[in-house]
Amino acid sequence: MAAEMIEIRWHGRGGQGAKTAALLFAQAAMATGKYIQAFPEYGPERMGAPVQSFNRVSDDPITIHSGVINPQYVVILDPTLMETVDVTEGVGKDGKVIVNTSFSAEEIAKLLGIDKSQICVVNASQIAVETIGRDIPNTPMLGALVKVVGSLDINGVLEDTKNKLSVKFAKKPEVIEGNLASIKRAYDEVKVS
Amino acid sequence: MIKTIYSKGKLVAKTGNEVMAEAMRQIEPDVVAAYPITPATEIVQIFSQFVADGKVKTEFVAVESEHSAMSATLAATVAGARAMTGTSSQGLCLMWEMLNIAAGLRLPVVMAEVNRAISAPINIHGDQSDTMGARDTGWIQIYSENSQEAYDNMIQAVRIAEGAKLPTLVTTDGFIISHCMEVVEVYPDEDVKKFVGEYKPDRYLLDIDKPFTLGSIELQDYYFEHRWQLAQAMRDSKKIIAKVADDFAKTFGRKYDFYEKYKLDDAEIAIVVIGSTAGTAKIVVDSLREKGVKAGLLKIRVFRPFPAELIAKDLAHLKAVAVLDRADSCSGTFAPLYSDIVSALYSAQVISPKVVNYVYGLGGREISVAHLANVYDTLSNIASGTEKPLAEVGYINVRL
Repeated sequence: MAAEMIEIRWHGRGGQGAKTAALLFAQAAMATGKYIQAFPEYGPERMGAPVQSFNRVSDDPITIHSGVINPQYVVILDPTLMETVDVTEGVGKDGKVIVNTSFSAEEIAKLLGIDKSQICVVNASQIAVETIGRDIPNTPMLGALVKVVGSLDINGVLEDTKNKLSVKFAKKPEVIEGNLASIKRAYDEVKVS
Repeated sequence: MIKTIYSKGKLVAKTGNEVMAEAMRQIEPDVVAAYPITPATEIVQIFSQFVADGKVKTEFVAVESEHSAMSATLAATVAGARAMTGTSSQGLCLMWEMLNIAAGLRLPVVMAEVNRAISAPINIHGDQSDTMGARDTGWIQIYSENSQEAYDNMIQAVRIAEGAKLPTLVTTDGFIISHCMEVVEVYPDEDVKKFVGEYKPDRYLLDIDKPFTLGSIELQDYYFEHRWQLAQAMRDSKKIIAKVADDFAKTFGRKYDFYEKYKLDDAEIAIVVIGSTAGTAKIVVDSLREKGVKAGLLKIRVFRPFPAELIAKDLAHLKAVAVLDRADSCSGTFAPLYSDIVSALYSAQVISPKVVNYVYGLGGREISVAHLANVYDTLSNIASGTEKPLAEVGYINVRL
């Protein structure tokens, strides 16, 4: 079971939606037939403070309830975290780091000191500004993650996200459209090495 | 692929808190009284939203403290209502006086509890110190490994409490389960309502046709008899808990016992543990089994009443057992679960297993696959005679 289980770590700053992204990703993965876990790391609740959240996805029931130590995927919502947080901690040689950045994979690889083949870049902030109207990188990064993981059906993810947002933003259809467009664009635009 | 067990079940992604609130919505008690801010988790906050949205007809009483929450809840029960509450950590501590009264008056209050550390130092994370501190209050205590069990336990708790005339609490591990989203199978409202049934108290104070006295003073004349009855009710509740679990299995397809045996029957070494850590230990058991090590696990679900006789039987064949406590008694000797396990074994004249005790995970401290693998390694050494069992509490993942 352990071999087939995917573990993901999200890095963000308080207020950026790292927790929400993990919850949305888990729900979307469940909608495609997977067992899931999503949990945040609870520390000081301050706007802007480095925060983490986690996912597990598996075809089998997930019984493990300890922290994620060796994630196969790391998603970085805020590129400035790479200077202060050890974002590659526990990431093995096959692990992938997906970064919201305008820089190239080569430049990020150099900064993090890992192989370029492990880096995936997408300008999620720009996509968010252009589709949602605000720099909320968590939903586009969801699309980028789905692309990099590969085993999840993007249409199923979009459908599930639409259903979720339709409940929350029933009176603001433009929010729903913008978020869905951001997921689709990041899915298409993320550069997988 | 995820799948349901019950034909009419539906899979949802929910946190432990959300499913406990969902169970409360489906049970739809007459009264919920609670203090819905920290240290309580969002369970009663979510439930209060159900009330505000008109999804339940429950009378929600927002009180000014947990002491009042328990007072109001048990008072509603006295008046003939089905009443529930929820709390955690310091909140449970503040309820302590009224916990004893709910039990002493034999009131079937049901509580959704989240296991969180108690102060000081201040901490919000998961450990079982809060409910272990309430273990002698006369409450039935049911622990959950994951959100599914929390949901199923909540549904069963109502019938258990009302059948046994004992207050009953259901817990999850704070944050680890309470704030973790997982796949949970929920059942249709009408099926849950049908399983729980209507509350028909034998007697209640607002029944003016059958007046009686409750909460009277009893000195040397009757106090002892009533306290014996309370203790006896706890012993008798085992039959009720088993019957409700049986009905639950017949209705919804999930079988619950006082404890879960995981690859235990042919095991030589085993861990005994409560709550979410059991799930992590199962991974370790599986990998040890692949290597040919006869490892097993016993996960306590019902801690009060303690199923001592059954446990003694099921542990008798083992060579070495480690009892893991997520609470410390500060007793100068061992932690609470260990003390119960050892007295269960000794009173049944089971003396061959070597039994050691570890305290772990206080204040949410990480307990990993590697930590548990180390415990099994130690047990293997004890079983083979290459290592002497520790004669005092061991501590996992703490800087000494």
